[in-house]
Amino acid sequence: MAGIISYGAYIPWRRLDRAQIGKAWVTPVMPGEKAVANYDEDSLTMAVAACLDCLGDMDRQKIDGLFFATTTTPFKEKQAAAIIARAVDLRPDALTADYISSLRGGTLALKSAMDAVGNGSAKQILVVAADCRLGAAQGPREVALGDGAAAVLVGVEDGVAKIKGFHSIFSDTMDVWRTDEDRFVRSWEDRFVIDKAYMLTMGKAVAAVMKDCGLMPKDIAKAVIYSPDPRTHQTMAKTLGFDPKTQLQDSLFGVIGNTGTALTLMMLAAALETAGAGQKMLVASYGDGSDAFILEATGKKGHGKKGIKGYLPIKKMLNNYESYARIEQLLDVEPSARPPVLLPSAVVGWRESKKNLALYGAKCNSCGKPQYPAQRVCAYCQSKDNLTPYRFSDKNAKLFTFAFDNLGMSKTDVPPVGGGVINFEGGGRMLGQLTDLDFEQARVEMPMEMTFRKHYEAEGMPVYMWKAKPAV
Amino acid sequence: MESIKDRVALIGAGCTKFGELWDKSYEDMVIEAAYEALEDAGLEVKDIDGWWAATQDTTGFGSSISIPLKIKNKQVSRVENACGTGTEGVRMAAYAVAAGIFDTAMVVGFEKLKDSGWSGLGGVGKVIPGGALPLSVPGMYAMAGIRYFYQYGLKPQEGKEMLGKIAVKSHYNGSLHPKAHFQRAITLEQAINAPILAWPLGLFDCCAVSDGAAAVIITRHDLAKKYRPDPVYIKSIKCIVDASDGYIRDDYDYAHFETDRVFSKAMYEEAGIKDPRKELTAVSLHDCFTIAEAISLEDFGISPAGKVKEDIDAGFFNLHAGGVAVNTDGGLKCFGHPVGATGLRQMYEAYKQLQGKAQKPERQLKDPKFMMIHARGGWPGQTLPIGAILGN
Repeated sequence: MAGIISYGAYIPWRRLDRAQIGKAWVTPVMPGEKAVANYDEDSLTMAVAACLDCLGDMDRQKIDGLFFATTTTPFKEKQAAAIIARAVDLRPDALTADYISSLRGGTLALKSAMDAVGNGSAKQILVVAADCRLGAAQGPREVALGDGAAAVLVGVEDGVAKIKGFHSIFSDTMDVWRTDEDRFVRSWEDRFVIDKAYMLTMGKAVAAVMKDCGLMPKDIAKAVIYSPDPRTHQTMAKTLGFDPKTQLQDSLFGVIGNTGTALTLMMLAAALETAGAGQKMLVASYGDGSDAFILEATGKKGHGKKGIKGYLPIKKMLNNYESYARIEQLLDVEPSARPPVLLPSAVVGWRESKKNLALYGAKCNSCGKPQYPAQRVCAYCQSKDNLTPYRFSDKNAKLFTFAFDNLGMSKTDVPPVGGGVINFEGGGRMLGQLTDLDFEQARVEMPMEMTFRKHYEAEGMPVYMWKAKPAV
Repeated sequence: MESIKDRVALIGAGCTKFGELWDKSYEDMVIEAAYEALEDAGLEVKDIDGWWAATQDTTGFGSSISIPLKIKNKQVSRVENACGTGTEGVRMAAYAVAAGIFDTAMVVGFEKLKDSGWSGLGGVGKVIPGGALPLSVPGMYAMAGIRYFYQYGLKPQEGKEMLGKIAVKSHYNGSLHPKAHFQRAITLEQAINAPILAWPLGLFDCCAVSDGAAAVIITRHDLAKKYRPDPVYIKSIKCIVDASDGYIRDDYDYAHFETDRVFSKAMYEEAGIKDPRKELTAVSLHDCFTIAEAISLEDFGISPAGKVKEDIDAGFFNLHAGGVAVNTDGGLKCFGHPVGATGLRQMYEAYKQLQGKAQKPERQLKDPKFMMIHARGGWPGQTLPIGAILGN
C-alpha cells in the first residue's frame, strides 16, 4: 500500500491584515490575516516552492511523476506541471499532469499517485497543490481567500504516513465556480452551499471511509477537514462526531485564509508536523464532490525543510489595501515610461530551458570553478568544452551587492524593484532579481537562497526564472 | 605593432547644443555639427574623403548622414560600440587616415533620445527569457556604489557626500559651457537630498538624457598645418572590451573596472605619459553616474584605489585647481549623453581647450598639455572603454 514519504508547504511572504480590507471598504470583517502571493508569484511558482520544501535533499532522480493541482493555472492551454518538473529538475521521463478546475484536485492527484504506486507503475510521485484565487473587491471572498501551496511525495517506502483507506463521491452542484471568463470566484447563496452541497457531500464521503476502515470518530487523532470558512469548519467537525477542540486540525483561516485546492494538503502538512506514531488521521477535501482518506502516521519526520510551521513566521505585512490591490492588479497603475517588454523568444526559451528553469550552470573540469550560466569556454582558465553541468538552484548564497531601483520595470510590484549579484557557496555568481526583500533589510553579505518566480510578463505571457531571496 | 601617436590630427570640430531638442530632427543636428566642423576647418562636404556615422540607436546605416549632408559618391560607414560609439568612429577614421587610405575623414556622432517618449535609455535585454533584468542603468551602477562603499568602509552619509561633491563640480563646469544641457550650479545639499533613483544614486548622480550631435575632421599629420596653424594631435586612441565575466566570476569586486585599468595603462604607454596625475591637464571621463567617475579616477591611476574621496574633498579635480581637471565641460552628467555623440563631444572639448579657444575665459585651462577622453560602454561586470589622449 502507498504511503506518504515526505511533505512540504509554502506560504507567501506577503500577508494582509484583514482589518486593512475592512478599513478600505468601511465594513466589519473577520479577524486575522491572509497570505498574498507576491507580485512575482502564482500557483505555479508556489508549487515549485512547496515541492522543494517537500524534497529537501532527497534524490530528485528517483521521482517518477509530478501531479499539479490548482484552479488557478497560469495557462488555459499549456501544462504547468511540465514547467514545475523542469524547475524541480526531475527526470525528463517523469509523468506530468495538471489536475485543474476543481478544488478537490489536490486529493484527486493524491489518489492517482496512490494508484500508480499501488499498481507498480511508479515508485514515487510528487503531488503538489497550489492556488491563488481572487475574490472580487469588497466581497466576502476577498476577505476569506488566501494563497498557498503544499506538496506530498507518495511512494512505496515507509515514510511519515501510511494510507489506509479512501472513498470518493462526486457532486454536480452549482456551489462555487468561475467560468472561463470570470476573474473572481462566484458563489450561490451561502446557506444552500453549506447545508446542501458541502455538509451533505463531505458527510457521505467521510462516513463511507470510516466504515470501510472500521473506525469510529473517537479513533481519529486528527481530522483534516476542508471548509469554506471557520464557522462551518466547527459545525462540520461536530456533525461528524469530532471534538473540535481536541481532534480538529486548525483550518489555517486566521493566519493564511482559504487556499482553495491547496488547503486540504496544507492542513495535512500542518497535521503531520505534530502527528505521533500510530495516530489515525482523517483527510477530507471538498469541491465538486469529496475525497476522504484515512492515514496512519508513523511518527517519522518528513524531509520538509520548513513546512507550515516554518513558513508562518516568515512574513511581511502589506502596509495598506492599495498595495494589495496593486499586487493583485485590481487597479491600473501608471506604467513607467520605459520601452515595452516584448514577447520572449520561444526559441531562446527552449534552448535555454536548463539554464533558466532548472538553473543549471557548469563546473570547469580543469580548474574546478562553478559558473553561471554554463560557459563553453571557462571564464577562469579558458579551457574549452571541458565543463560539467552544475545545478545552482539548491545552493546557498550570499548577497554580494544589490540595487533597489525606482526606475525598474514592474507593473505589479511596489517599487523599488530589487536586483543584485549573489555569490554561491562553493563558487559561482549570478546577477539577477531579488525578491521578498525590502531595501531597508538588504545588506552586503546577507545569506540568500534561490526561489522560482515570475521573471516578468510580456504580452500576458509569464516568463519564469530563479530569483534570490533572504535565507530564513 | 605600430603606434598611432602623432600620425593624425584634428583640424575641425563642431557640436550642437545638447539638451531636449524638441524642435530639431536628428538630421538638423547632424547638419549643424558637421557644418560647424567644416567651417572650423575651412572645408566643404566635397573635400572630405571618408565618412563615418556614429550612432547607437537612432537610425541605420551610412545614409543617415549622407542624406542630410548630401554626401555624394563617397565611402560612408556607420559604427556602433555602445557608449563609446562616437570615439569608435574616430578610431576607425584615424586608422584609415594613418594608413594613407584617406587624406581627410569626418566622423559625425549623434543621438535623438528624446523622440522616443521614454525616460532614460532603453531597457536592458528585451526578448531573452532569462536575460531581461528589470533594472535600469542607474540600478546597474548603484550596485557598484554599494560595493564601493562597503569595500572601502564609507558610511552611507560619507559615500553620498563624496558623490554629491562630484555632481556639484560637474554642474559648476556645465554652468560655464553655453552648449551644455544643464547650465545651473547646484549645492551639496541639493545633490544629497535629491530623489533617489537607485540608492546611492539620486537624481543629481545620474547623467542627462539628451539629444545632440558632434563632429570632428581628421587628417594626416603631414597635411594638418595646410589646413590650420593649430591642429590637435592624437597621442593615443584605444578600445578595450572585456568578456563580461564580472557577472560570472565571483572574484570581481564591483568596486573597480578592470578594463579601465588596462585601457588607461595602454593609453599612457602609447602617449608617453609616465605619471598621469602630474602630466594630464584634464580628463573627460565617462561620468554616466557620479560613482562611475569616482571609480574611473582610481582605475586611471590618478587617485590611489579607495582614496579618491581625499582628492575630491581637496578639490583636486576642479577647474583651475592645479590638479587634473575632470569633465571641464560638465561631462555626461551636465553636458548630456546622446550616446553616439558623447565621444565626439569630449573630443570637441579637448580640441577647443588645447587650442585655447574654450568659449569663455573662465573655462579655459591654463597651458593644457595632454587631455584624455574616455567613454565607457556597458556597466559594472561588462565594460568597454574607448578613448583617446589628445595634445598639441
